[in-house]
Amino acid sequence: MIRMLKTMPPTAILGVLVIAAYAVIALFAPLLAPHAEAQIVGAQFEPWSATYPLGTDTLGRDMLSRLIWGARNTVGVALVTTALAFGIGAIAGLLAAALGGWADLALSRLVDVLMAVPALILTLLALSALGPGVANLVVVVAILDSTRVFRLARATAMNVMVMDYVEAAQLRGEGTWWIISREVLPNISAPLIAEFGLRFCFVFLTISALSFLGLGLPPPMADWGAMVRDNAALITFGDVTPLLPAACIAVLTVSVNFVVDWMLHRASGLKD
Amino acid sequence: MSVAETRRRPILRMIAGRLGIGVFTLFVISVLIFLAVSLLPGDIAQQVLGQSATPETVAAFRRELGLDQPLAWRYLDWVGGVLSGDFGRSLANGRPVAELLAARLGNTMFLAAYAAVIAVPLAVGLGLLAALWRGSWFDRIANVATLSAISFPEFFIAYILMFWLSVRMGWFPSIADPGASPRLAEMLGRAFLPAITLVLVVTAHMMRMTRAAVVNVLGAPYVTMARLKGVSRWRVVTRHALPNALAPIVNVVALNVAWLITGVVIVEVVFVYPGLGQLMVDSVTNRDIPVVQACALIFAAVYILLNLLADVLAIATNPRLLHPR
Amino acid sequence: MLLNIEKLKVEARGDEGWTPILHGVDLQVAKGEVVGLIGESGAGKSTLGLAALGFAQGGLRFAGGRVIFDGTDLLQLPERRRRAFRGRRVAYVAQSAAASFNPAWRLLDQFCEGPAIHHTAGRAESEAFARQLYAAMHLPDPENFGLRFPHQVSGGQLQRAMVAMAMACKPDLIVFDEPTTALDVTTQIGVLAAIRQAVETTGTAAIYITHDLAVVAQMADRIKVMRHGREVEDAPTRRMIEAPAQDYTRSLWAVRAFRRPPRALPQASAPTIGIREVTAGYSSLDVLSEVSFDIPRGATVAVVGESGSGKSTTARAITGLLPPRAGRIALNGTPLPPRLAQRTLEQKRAVQMIYQMADTALNPRQTIRQILSRPLQFYLGLTGRAREARLNQLMEQIELEPARFLDRLPGELSGGQKQRVGIARALAADPEFIICDEVTSALDQLVAEGILRLLSKVQDETGVSYMFITHDIATVRAIADEVVVMKGGRVMDKGLKAEVLDPPRHAYTRELLASVPQMDPDWLTRRIAEGAA
Repeated sequence: MIRMLKTMPPTAILGVLVIAAYAVIALFAPLLAPHAEAQIVGAQFEPWSATYPLGTDTLGRDMLSRLIWGARNTVGVALVTTALAFGIGAIAGLLAAALGGWADLALSRLVDVLMAVPALILTLLALSALGPGVANLVVVVAILDSTRVFRLARATAMNVMVMDYVEAAQLRGEGTWWIISREVLPNISAPLIAEFGLRFCFVFLTISALSFLGLGLPPPMADWGAMVRDNAALITFGDVTPLLPAACIAVLTVSVNFVVDWMLHRASGLKD
Repeated sequence: MSVAETRRRPILRMIAGRLGIGVFTLFVISVLIFLAVSLLPGDIAQQVLGQSATPETVAAFRRELGLDQPLAWRYLDWVGGVLSGDFGRSLANGRPVAELLAARLGNTMFLAAYAAVIAVPLAVGLGLLAALWRGSWFDRIANVATLSAISFPEFFIAYILMFWLSVRMGWFPSIADPGASPRLAEMLGRAFLPAITLVLVVTAHMMRMTRAAVVNVLGAPYVTMARLKGVSRWRVVTRHALPNALAPIVNVVALNVAWLITGVVIVEVVFVYPGLGQLMVDSVTNRDIPVVQACALIFAAVYILLNLLADVLAIATNPRLLHPR
Repeated sequence: MLLNIEKLKVEARGDEGWTPILHGVDLQVAKGEVVGLIGESGAGKSTLGLAALGFAQGGLRFAGGRVIFDGTDLLQLPERRRRAFRGRRVAYVAQSAAASFNPAWRLLDQFCEGPAIHHTAGRAESEAFARQLYAAMHLPDPENFGLRFPHQVSGGQLQRAMVAMAMACKPDLIVFDEPTTALDVTTQIGVLAAIRQAVETTGTAAIYITHDLAVVAQMADRIKVMRHGREVEDAPTRRMIEAPAQDYTRSLWAVRAFRRPPRALPQASAPTIGIREVTAGYSSLDVLSEVSFDIPRGATVAVVGESGSGKSTTARAITGLLPPRAGRIALNGTPLPPRLAQRTLEQKRAVQMIYQMADTALNPRQTIRQILSRPLQFYLGLTGRAREARLNQLMEQIELEPARFLDRLPGELSGGQKQRVGIARALAADPEFIICDEVTSALDQLVAEGILRLLSKVQDETGVSYMFITHDIATVRAIADEVVVMKGGRVMDKGLKAEVLDPPRHAYTRELLASVPQMDPDWLTRRIAEGAA
């Protein structure tokens, strides 16, 4: 572990530290936030002061509190969505690789079609049909994002499926479940873990973008994307406050990407 | 082109195959977009008119929408309309969708083209240099910079630029409405902030993918062989690697149109730019389905067609297919 | 001295910094001399060969020593001046011509590139030279051969075209890096003849890198044996072959010396495996046509053939992975269902397989104990003490100490040890029949011999039958009772080893045997004189 830390580039170390900090803030939001997330505590757009370190928002709610609550809401929803996308994509991809034939063909064609159009367009279409709501948001984004997990899981699993040890297991008469869980999965866990990080970034950015467009978490939940949108008017007056939630998003995704980049680099380095 | 001739030239067969797949994909997507309405939980007429509407008005509205017809017939009717330029009427204001699209489509195309003209050469050039100088300081800085840029939400980049270049410096307008028939120079100035935001987002993605594609080609044994023949580094890249990297680079460019489209939607909202993206977002909020369908279909068609073009180009430059055994 | 490499050190970048892979090696090549470099994989032969061009592969660096070519130390030159030597004075022929020719260029354009950038000849002159060389190397239609793209040319022709390209600037030294390793023996002989002729007619010096001693014996005036980045021995070819000084060098001959003692086969009514008129293939293509042969009980049947002969496809048909289109396969006289899924557990247990690449045959994430326990439990229902006892017994059988090896991962084992575990996994099923698919061809000679000895011993102990797929005649002679010769998906000849091979009965067997390089340094000369190549 210590040796791993030593070989970590500074960007990755920074990334790990930031991710840890976000986790702490999200977990302990109720303890850390001075006010409740929907509590109106002052006048609209109060400037930064001792009482309201980051001022108040368009409805007079404490900015700092909402930023802290936002960590819990936005990151939480993104994590749930990523986990769902990952579950769907990985299981479908592994099945496609292990079963081959028609199952593989059907799943692959379906994914091809879903990926033939930019995901945001399909998301907007689905949300306009299904209407707003956290559940719809999570399911739609998860399904569309699972296509990329599917492709990676299928491709890496295919590389393992052609190995002689898998053929040996097939000749022995092992079932699909054994082959997936014992022979394939342990050998593709490294790229899949890195992919989880990447997917989280994409899902997080997509959900933030949808929130920003007014299609994310319903008010009055504190949500970083929506907070930018609600307070954007301040920017034209030269106030940076609305940029803070956007910066919170950026810092987290940059950190995750730094860590993933290092993991991918390491994985490819070991292969050589 | 006779069948026999097509059979003899695998390249023509492959291109024909690609075109077939492209048309089929477009068909499946159009069905998907069409079904978005039909799969709605509950009744769209009821939802649009609200709970207070009488059953008679709902029934009349359903007839107007054609909801009493069978699904397949409605699809054919809709596609037939689209192909003849009729996208139906907006549920929000009753105006023909085609009319709403007309002005905005041009604006969006202008913005996207503006960004692409800057981003594509920039990204491909920088990606090539990063691949060439792999492991150098330039490469490392480019890696961190592009990684950060793709990690930023598009609206963050947009607002930073707005804050800095518009509010602080006052160089560009923060609202990018090109207005009615302005001159080109004026349009370029007004659309500069949204365009440059798109350039930053797209360049970051495209540059990383270009670098990966070129690094892949540079690792090929024939590149080593060229160096062992005493070929200079520059010549190795331009004469040996580039002809083989062309197809992957074209694909990278086409794939990144996705980021351009995603970016367009968000950037138009930030800068209140009257384009297709903003229209689509507004219509999603209002649940004005015919408009959403029209916008989705246009974005999807553009993306599918560009990727189809890239595929065909990749096939057409493949020596194995150009010169069959 | 044309080339004088002195105390060359090369290092490779690893996780923990730089590790040496060449530990100060010397190499001298005189004008017109051919030096053979031989050694096992990882000996550093290619690295040393590339150093003659002042080139270090990606991830490697020169860490000391000198590479003096015609009086100039290449390592001291800036890259730009080193380039003037590459291709012009020292040329390189790579192992895989298919990957080393640029797919987007015509062969002739690639030939003419060297003379053009080094300004040694004009376009017309080098085109004429190319045609001349193509003709000398017996390439088809030499006038227009160069107008083809690499993918339009067969592997053997492409390799000859690469030899021609290396000579484009009339270099003083050519480095041949395993130029025939990827080829079949009947193709190899043509390329060897082309190389020999090219070297002799131009009087160029050469470094010939290979792991095949018989091949290097034909080509080299002098042989240097390498191991683990160090020189083992350096001597003129004949002396090296007749009187090797070092134990390690002697061990390289070992597999050719191994002969299984002749034995009497038990007479059984039905053969373990009977193959009758089996036709099989992929999509519309027949890879096997009407293949019939038997594997008698307790016997080793070697199936010999070049790539594409259908020997591996036969194995897939027997295992049920590729159900035949027509024909029958029987186990102990009882027909086997064509598909694996239709076979009973007992039938699956009876047929086992050992693979060529031990690296990919063992799951890198399972310990040896897990790998061997699964078949014991799956087929025989062994658990607890009984399984543990059988595990120890198996490990004793493959001569690996149970306490030391059972809890290791495959990555912690050597190539030979991994192959032994592969054998144990097959034995764990108590099989009646084992398919050995090129089980020794990825191993170094000495290790391969150990595996052959082990397989023979196991057969004596258990009476299991083997189908031994190989392309190597020496292995066939060492271990087989019966031989099946295949070509193009058909059986050319079959029968007892002596009947089929000594002397070769079928015309194709004759060609095959005649193409296998012999240790005798005059073998290739004789073959060329006989008009074989």
